[in-house]
Amino acid sequence: MSNVLQLLLAGLATGAIYALVAAGFALLWQTSRAINFAQGEFVMLPAFFVLAGTEWLGLPFWVAALLGLLLALLLLGLLFKRVIIDPLLPQGVLPVVIATIAVGILLKESVKEFYSAEAQPFPALTPGGNIDVLGAVLSLQDVAVLAVAGLAILAMQLFLGRTRLGRMMQATAQNPEVAEILGIPTRRMVLYTFLLNAALVTLASILISPVYLAKFDNGETLGLVAFIAAIVGGFNQVRGAIAGGFLVGVVDNFGAAYVSSDYRTGILLLLLIAVILLRPEGLWGRAEERTV
Amino acid sequence: MKRRGLLSAIALLALAAPAAQAAETVRIANVIELSGNGATVGNMWKNAVEMAVEEINDAGGILGRTIELTHFDTQSNPGVSRAAVQKALDLDPYVLLGPIYSSSTKVNMQLAQQAGVPQIVGSEASVITEMGNPFVFRTSLSQAASMPKLANYIRDGIGAGSVAVLWVNNDFGRGGRDAFVAEMEARGIEVVADISSEVGQSDFAADVVKIKQAAPDAAFVYLHEEESARFLREARKQGLDIPLIGETTLLNQKVIELAGEAADGVKGHVGLSADAPLPSIRAFRDKFVARYDTVPDHNAIKGYLAVYAVKEITERIGGFDRQAFADALHCATITLEDEPGILIDTSWDRKGDVDRISFLAEVVKGEQRIVGTLPPLGVGCD
Repeated sequence: MSNVLQLLLAGLATGAIYALVAAGFALLWQTSRAINFAQGEFVMLPAFFVLAGTEWLGLPFWVAALLGLLLALLLLGLLFKRVIIDPLLPQGVLPVVIATIAVGILLKESVKEFYSAEAQPFPALTPGGNIDVLGAVLSLQDVAVLAVAGLAILAMQLFLGRTRLGRMMQATAQNPEVAEILGIPTRRMVLYTFLLNAALVTLASILISPVYLAKFDNGETLGLVAFIAAIVGGFNQVRGAIAGGFLVGVVDNFGAAYVSSDYRTGILLLLLIAVILLRPEGLWGRAEERTV
Repeated sequence: MKRRGLLSAIALLALAAPAAQAAETVRIANVIELSGNGATVGNMWKNAVEMAVEEINDAGGILGRTIELTHFDTQSNPGVSRAAVQKALDLDPYVLLGPIYSSSTKVNMQLAQQAGVPQIVGSEASVITEMGNPFVFRTSLSQAASMPKLANYIRDGIGAGSVAVLWVNNDFGRGGRDAFVAEMEARGIEVVADISSEVGQSDFAADVVKIKQAAPDAAFVYLHEEESARFLREARKQGLDIPLIGETTLLNQKVIELAGEAADGVKGHVGLSADAPLPSIRAFRDKFVARYDTVPDHNAIKGYLAVYAVKEITERIGGFDRQAFADALHCATITLEDEPGILIDTSWDRKGDVDRISFLAEVVKGEQRIVGTLPPLGVGCD
């Protein structure tokens, strides 16, 4: 029983990270119809901003983290939208996809060139130590990941659902033409979602790097798994993508423990295929009709 | 007429200049993991190779020729490594160094063999020297040589009657796992859990749970450096309180640095160690730390001695003949008296495998401590 709980808690802690990243996928898709295939690299990069702040500039960790957030908002939010997405989006989804793949490679290679190709230890958010939960062991770092990610998700949901600005962003996502007619500055709303995504990936980066270590190619697996999570949960529903993140984290752990560790990635892909075949809109997604 | 003569002279000089330059240098190509999952090990190797080359060049080079070193990045990817070796061979090197990842060496060594270029690798998978390639040479003990020593330690030193095996699912991991399991069976030690993991795997919660469920007396962990660190952190978190045994990698300095306190208590066998109780190794360690501000690992030692092996064997044959070099390195022994840069007396057999002393080690308070020295297997060439 404690082993099952151990796997569940570990899966939820990892899934919380996937949830943050998957939510970013859904946010960008919903408001701008952009699929960001550099999302994994977006998570990788802020950790290096923080490391550069602490090691090169000698800043305290939390000041470096704030600096990382600012840089992420500027580069991964504002600049990314203005330089990559805005000019390419009128050409359709495919050019954006290709461009974001290129951005991902650029970010990865830049970190490798200018920082290091080697994995770097990253400061933990909490002191070392564990807590016992009904026989399962949860590290304080896992508790911090679950708590911070959970609070961030809750705050984001409240912001999107309960504030005027959030509802304007929702309206822009649901029907940009009508939102425009109603006087909502849709272009600014889209910019806000890019900034929100930049904040989410920064948070994910700071939460995950103490465990996964900071490395230039961390984004490859993370981006892929978060993308699977977003599709499984529902690419057109932020809540669905979040739920998908948690589900994928848990399925990955249980699959490796009780089905096969040899095929743990295969199990996730099977889940993805099953969802695409049986419920293409995702487990918690909304069916959409498109015309051509 | 005068003008034409001048032009001819300039043209002749221009043609002769590269030839003269080429005659004064000897080209060594280093094909190594500078990025990807193997970047940690590859950069150690690269730095040590650069250090050795600089030392040799400063001392007058090899037989009067300075070494011209070129690096090629395998990106820790076997396919890329093959292309990198091809590019390196296009430069017509005297000797090829690297790579370390066995999966890469396995797919690129035929290219060097076809070109007749000796290749000195950092790989440990047994299969590398079992393919009848007369141009491939190791710098470290093969899995076939290490595992019997490790198995004896698990039986006699740890007293384990059952073990779990956690291995990385590539040529390196599979080769180590197969050699280890065979040695366990030969000693009547039961393998109660046999768990594979992915290269670059981040989450080891399920793997630790599986080990705990199997309740072995000890666990043998055979992963790459970063994965080893992540596993150790998870094992520590879940309170896995059995001896964690490794073969070289698990006790690597980089693993200790990345895993922090979680590495304390790890035990095992190391073929090469910067903490080995040998003055030559200590001196190398000090030089490396002074130059790179980081403690060298076994890969750094491998890269360093590879360059000095090239120097010593070339001086023995008295020229830069690749075939003669390969012939001479087979069954050669280089001692510290012959060449201090070899760091530790090393012998090569007919297949290109090395034999030398090795060590038992433990990680105590963030440092690898050597607790015993094991003699060479003494396989020899006869």
